[in-house]
Amino acid sequence: MWSWVLHRITGVAIFFFLLVHILDTALVRVSPEAYNAVIGTYQTPIMGLGEVALVGAIVFHAFNGLRIILIDFWSKGTKYQKVMFYVVIALWVITMLGFTPRHLINVFSH
Amino acid sequence: MSQTLDAPRTPVRPARKKGVNWEKWGWIYMRVSGVVLVVLIFGHLFMNLMVGDGVSAIDFAFVGGKWASPFWQWWDVAMLWLALIHGGNGMRTLVNDYARGPKLRAAFKVAILASVAILILLGTLVVFTFDPCPVGQPADLLPSFCAA
Ligand code: HEM
Repeated sequence: MWSWVLHRITGVAIFFFLLVHILDTALVRVSPEAYNAVIGTYQTPIMGLGEVALVGAIVFHAFNGLRIILIDFWSKGTKYQKVMFYVVIALWVITMLGFTPRHLINVFSH
Repeated sequence: MSQTLDAPRTPVRPARKKGVNWEKWGWIYMRVSGVVLVVLIFGHLFMNLMVGDGVSAIDFAFVGGKWASPFWQWWDVAMLWLALIHGGNGMRTLVNDYARGPKLRAAFKVAILASVAILILLGTLVVFTFDPCPVGQPADLLPSFCAA
């Protein structure tokens, strides 16, 4: 149940970010100054923390999405769905431990 | 006045018996695109946030350097199409689950379809018509290869 709730919420959140992200990237077609001004806001401490949340949402949605696919197509998928949920959580923690320190150093040391 | 409730899982309209089963292909699309998107998105996040100085290194010159290569152009365009259609179809599922009333549902779906179509068009045009060395722009904002 919670895996489903989280999958929905992260899916919607990523979708809305994607809409904004395509628009900000499209500014490369306007001028270097316009793009640099907007991307500069992505490099502030507050946005840096937001990016950790965003990456966390994407990584959860990705790993849990693969879990959904295994439940659907792997003959033992339903039997191991709970185990696989804990695997998703474990992989999420490992990925975020690799990402978060490096990203925060990049954000706060510039 | 007695109120009646539909039996659980009563479909809004009955499944069609002949022709293309779009709902099934949508279901398959969510899974196929999901697998491909894991590779595309993890690669995107790794290249842009983990390598070098990560997010602090991103500027016009960084994007110009990446899109100088057809490899990253096609990577990003594939990600654009797959993610927008996957996300748009996922949002359609949410509208089907939560929005009440035929008019509201139709309005939401038109809005989703329009956003997805416009952004796919915009994003594809940007990637393929992008000029990394626009004339008359300060050289320090451009990729280093523009000087050559
Ligand atoms: C990283 C790779 C991804 C994987 C493996 C993945 C996988 C999945 C799967 C398997 C579903 C379930 C579909 C169903 O039940 O029929 C789903 C739903 C969804 N996905 Fe993704 N997805 C990924 C990326 C994305 C992205 C980038 C977005 C946003 C643009 C997104 C937005 C959604 C939404 C809104 C739903 C609907 C949620 C629901 O029905 O509860 N996903 N995803």
